[in-house]
Amino acid sequence: MSRRKLQQLVESLGRSAKHFNKSEVECLIKLFNALVKRPGQSNSRFAGVGFDRNMFRDTLHSAFGMTDVMLMDRVFRTFDRDNDSCISVVEWVEGLSVFLRGTLEERIKYCFEVYDLNGDGYISREEMFQMLKNSLLKQPSEEDPDEGIKDLVDIALKKMDYDHDGKLSFMDFEKAVRDENLLLEAFGPCLPDLKWQTMVFQPAPSAGL
Amino acid sequence: MGAALSRAAQWTAAGSGTGTLETTSLNESVLNEIIKFLEDVCTTHPQEAAFIFREPLEWETELSCSVFGEETVQSEAKGKDGQPVLLRTASTVRVRSFDQLSHLLQNAMEKKSKEAQACLEANRDPIVKILGPEYGTVEGEDLSMLHLLDKVKKDDDPETETIRRIILLLHQLDLQLLNSSLKHISQDIRLNPAAVNNEVNLLKNFSGKGEDTVLESLEYTSDYMFSNGCRAPPWRQAHGEICYLVIKPHDTDPLYITCSTAGVFLNGGKDDIDYERKSDVYKDIVTFLRERSPKFVENMAKQVSGQSQNLHETPTEKNILVIFIIEFSYRTLNCRFEDISESSSETEEDEEQPIRRQEGNTDLPSEYWGIQKLAKYLKGGNPTATVIALCSMRDFNLAQETCQLAIRDVGCLEVLINLLDTEEIKCQIGSLKILKEISQNTLIRHAIADLGGLEIMVKILDSPDKDLKCLAAETIANVARFKEARRTVRQHGGIKRLVGLLGCNSVGSSSLTSYQAKDTEMARCGALALWSCSKSTKNKEAIRKAGGIPLLAKWLKCSHANILTPVAGTLQECASEPSYRLAIRTEGMIENLVKNLSSEHEELQMHCANAIFKCAEDKETRDLVRQHGGLAPLSVLLGNSENKQLLAAVTGAIWKCAISRENVSKFRECKAVEALVGLLTDQPEEVLVNTVGALGECCQEPINRTTIRKCGGIPTLVKLLTGTDQALLVNVTKAVGACAAERENMTIIDRLDGVRLLWSLLKNPNPDVQASAAWAICPCIENAKDAGEMVRSFVGGLELIVNLLKSKNKEVLASVCAAITNIAKDEENLAVITDHGVVPLLSKLANTNNDKLRRHLAEAISNCCMWGSNRVTFGETKAVAPLVRYLKSNDPSVHRATAQALYQLSEDPNNCITMHENGVVKLLLAMVGSTDETLQEAAAGCIANIRRLALATEKAKYG
Repeated sequence: MSRRKLQQLVESLGRSAKHFNKSEVECLIKLFNALVKRPGQSNSRFAGVGFDRNMFRDTLHSAFGMTDVMLMDRVFRTFDRDNDSCISVVEWVEGLSVFLRGTLEERIKYCFEVYDLNGDGYISREEMFQMLKNSLLKQPSEEDPDEGIKDLVDIALKKMDYDHDGKLSFMDFEKAVRDENLLLEAFGPCLPDLKWQTMVFQPAPSAGL
Repeated sequence: MGAALSRAAQWTAAGSGTGTLETTSLNESVLNEIIKFLEDVCTTHPQEAAFIFREPLEWETELSCSVFGEETVQSEAKGKDGQPVLLRTASTVRVRSFDQLSHLLQNAMEKKSKEAQACLEANRDPIVKILGPEYGTVEGEDLSMLHLLDKVKKDDDPETETIRRIILLLHQLDLQLLNSSLKHISQDIRLNPAAVNNEVNLLKNFSGKGEDTVLESLEYTSDYMFSNGCRAPPWRQAHGEICYLVIKPHDTDPLYITCSTAGVFLNGGKDDIDYERKSDVYKDIVTFLRERSPKFVENMAKQVSGQSQNLHETPTEKNILVIFIIEFSYRTLNCRFEDISESSSETEEDEEQPIRRQEGNTDLPSEYWGIQKLAKYLKGGNPTATVIALCSMRDFNLAQETCQLAIRDVGCLEVLINLLDTEEIKCQIGSLKILKEISQNTLIRHAIADLGGLEIMVKILDSPDKDLKCLAAETIANVARFKEARRTVRQHGGIKRLVGLLGCNSVGSSSLTSYQAKDTEMARCGALALWSCSKSTKNKEAIRKAGGIPLLAKWLKCSHANILTPVAGTLQECASEPSYRLAIRTEGMIENLVKNLSSEHEELQMHCANAIFKCAEDKETRDLVRQHGGLAPLSVLLGNSENKQLLAAVTGAIWKCAISRENVSKFRECKAVEALVGLLTDQPEEVLVNTVGALGECCQEPINRTTIRKCGGIPTLVKLLTGTDQALLVNVTKAVGACAAERENMTIIDRLDGVRLLWSLLKNPNPDVQASAAWAICPCIENAKDAGEMVRSFVGGLELIVNLLKSKNKEVLASVCAAITNIAKDEENLAVITDHGVVPLLSKLANTNNDKLRRHLAEAISNCCMWGSNRVTFGETKAVAPLVRYLKSNDPSVHRATAQALYQLSEDPNNCITMHENGVVKLLLAMVGSTDETLQEAAAGCIANIRRLALATEKAKYG
């Protein structure tokens, strides 16, 4: 990438990704380039354009310690604004802006999008079940192992479904989180822990910066 | 010796940092032991004695230069860094080794203990100076042993070796000191199961087969231990018995002993326990065995003295063992000290111990099942499920006792506390939010403490997450409402961390950024927790040591009531300690306390008023309150008669402030006296005590006495004389006495039979009440019409007051002498009290150093001389010679009273001779030159009488 092009990109992203300053944006762009050009990935057809699903998943795992595959895919979909299954440099910086530094409002919106698996604007009972199905220790004594999960979904609905329509609208979700911040990641971790926040800007030497 | 010095020695309370050792027998013996130790060290351990201290011990010496020879002295020996080991400049000495220390004390001769005392006073923790700060004496746990072990492991250089030996020596000294001070206070100690158990375990470590052990065996008769730690059967526990032991010493038959709370004694044991006591009672098992088994004594000595010789070997297991033995026995001692001091110092009201209620299983409330269901997800869910369950649990009404107890009973409390110990911040926060709510309940508080929750929460205070810290501190604030919890917080370093929460820099700005708002919130939570903790005396001290005072002072300047309230609450709680009172004055907190008296939050007003109440014992503080304009708002607050706690605090503050005359004038301007009189009816006791105290002080200004009468206060005051509360009686008698100084008031008091009521209070068992009543009687007699008749009308009254001269209390004696002075003005009454033997009783008191008593005693003697042969009797009962010595006192009022008494006594020739023999003439000649005319006159009259006698004798001799 030429020096001038980089400069332009930094300028425009500096405006759209408002939680980062210019040097941070530049740092992230360099990180993006380094990660995308990683050896072994060069023959990928998206090389030089952006992350594909697997690369992004690996990055989330190694940089933020995320483990839940399904949620990582959802994070990928949320970052991928234009739905082309590839995260461009603009999507990367703008996505991270919310991911790392987002206001409560932005993070509520982001989490809701992550949890709304089919993108219909609601988190349904089934979607919750899907996301929570691994959250309990399996107890061999129980006849129906799903029973516990179903109950947990009921508990979550009872807590958050203010309009009693059996599913969570964005309004429901927002109200619940504003009421109790702990519910922001109610259905699984999709934001970095506090301790990760600064690490992105101290790239490991292997990143080649 | 750090522990002994900080715990055992009795320091006078003074400002922060320095204090002086009181002159008590306990301290004296501590000093002597230390001196003896120093002398011994130089002879028996020359190598250690030459060790150069890390820093010199420095103090102001009283030794004259002659001891040293010159003005500035240095020793020839120098330390490694070239500094001399002994350096004296002007009156300061700096010493850097035991050697020099001991030399110096030897040269000091009889001033030895003076110097040692000065040295210890200037160096409160000498070990820090000697060995370095890492060996300092720490409250709670002593880490010096562990430091030492670390070092021993790491290196082998001879320096460490020496330090190791010195620290052992010092520890031995420490033990010795603690032991000897224990002897002093051991009368108060009662054995408890824990102490017995510790001792038995310790002895067991040294028992077994073989020549060197102290005992062959030592066994409990029963392996079963009741939950209270006793092994005796319940019906014997009722007699205070703790357990029974069978001890086999090497040299006698097996001993069957009983350990009871009263001590240790031999029972009539063998096969079946015979509970009958067969020997004296000893304070502990070791003391008992020392009496019974010579072999025990011998081997015990081997175990202890062997240590220092063994130390020349490389660090072996044995050495380490020795260290732990010392450490251990030291702990046991400490633990006893803790018991004593806690029980004596913690007089604050504590919440009642929870009573476990019997809950029937029949009709469990629906909440129970709901909570039980959620508990399942807490126990078996991953963090996501746990957070959902925690949030859902908060939808139950956690303020309701059913829910609180349900959480405990389904085993949720353990899980909640375990969650605190995880890395998951969200779970920790969720759990603390619940704990914070349910810890409003006493039973839950105790359960949390029992489950070790406090320790974990104290640890959380180190977390980087501010929300988490806030929640932990708030929960600690709730849990630490009882003594054991407060102690746990202190012993796990909680106080220091909580003080740390106050330490951020955003005080004072009125517009807060979100970041500053967090800091303020953190300080608020920290202050809340400190407030709860500050109800224990030791925590007050810990807060001070952790540097909490300046931080509290800083936050007191801010303007947010929600943080001011806990800060002021903590301060008023801590103001019971002199060090805090001094700090509150010197750190400029009075200004802010005064400012917040005008706050709109009643609770804050109350804490500020309470703080002033406690601090205004000092004159300077009273002046500061006036200078910062605090008297007017206090007067205004008297109008708020609904909030009784606030009223009690405000009247208390007014009472103490009114001790200064200038403040009384200010209160008069604010019409406080009228308001106070209005508060004399229908108020709870604590308000009454303070109100009446305040009125008593206000009477310093004569015009206020009139005001009280005009407002109709006299009858209410007299009525209060029939009360029973001792504190109230002390204040009421004082107030009535002060009012009686005015004739019109006296007429009312007399009409209401107030003097009789005062007189009957002389029978009160409390000496404070007695003294206060006797003082009040004086102005009554002075100002009553026909006082003599009135006094005679009290049947048995004169005998009663004369008999009070047998009291042991100086204040009572002084007040009774003052009353007798007034009674004796009436000749008939003087005759009656003479019959009751007032003269010998007064004479008996003559040998006193108390100037107040001297003055009133001299006045009483002078007035009693007016009847019959009393002058002669005073001479016969040897009152004259001591009186002459009173003239050497520094108090001019004593001189005047004494001169008058001597003048009266000198009418009798024999007294003149006694006086002359005691050198009265020279003393009186000086008094003749006084500016006080009464004194002049009395002194001159006395000399004239002596002179006349001399002339008469000469005339008789030579015709």
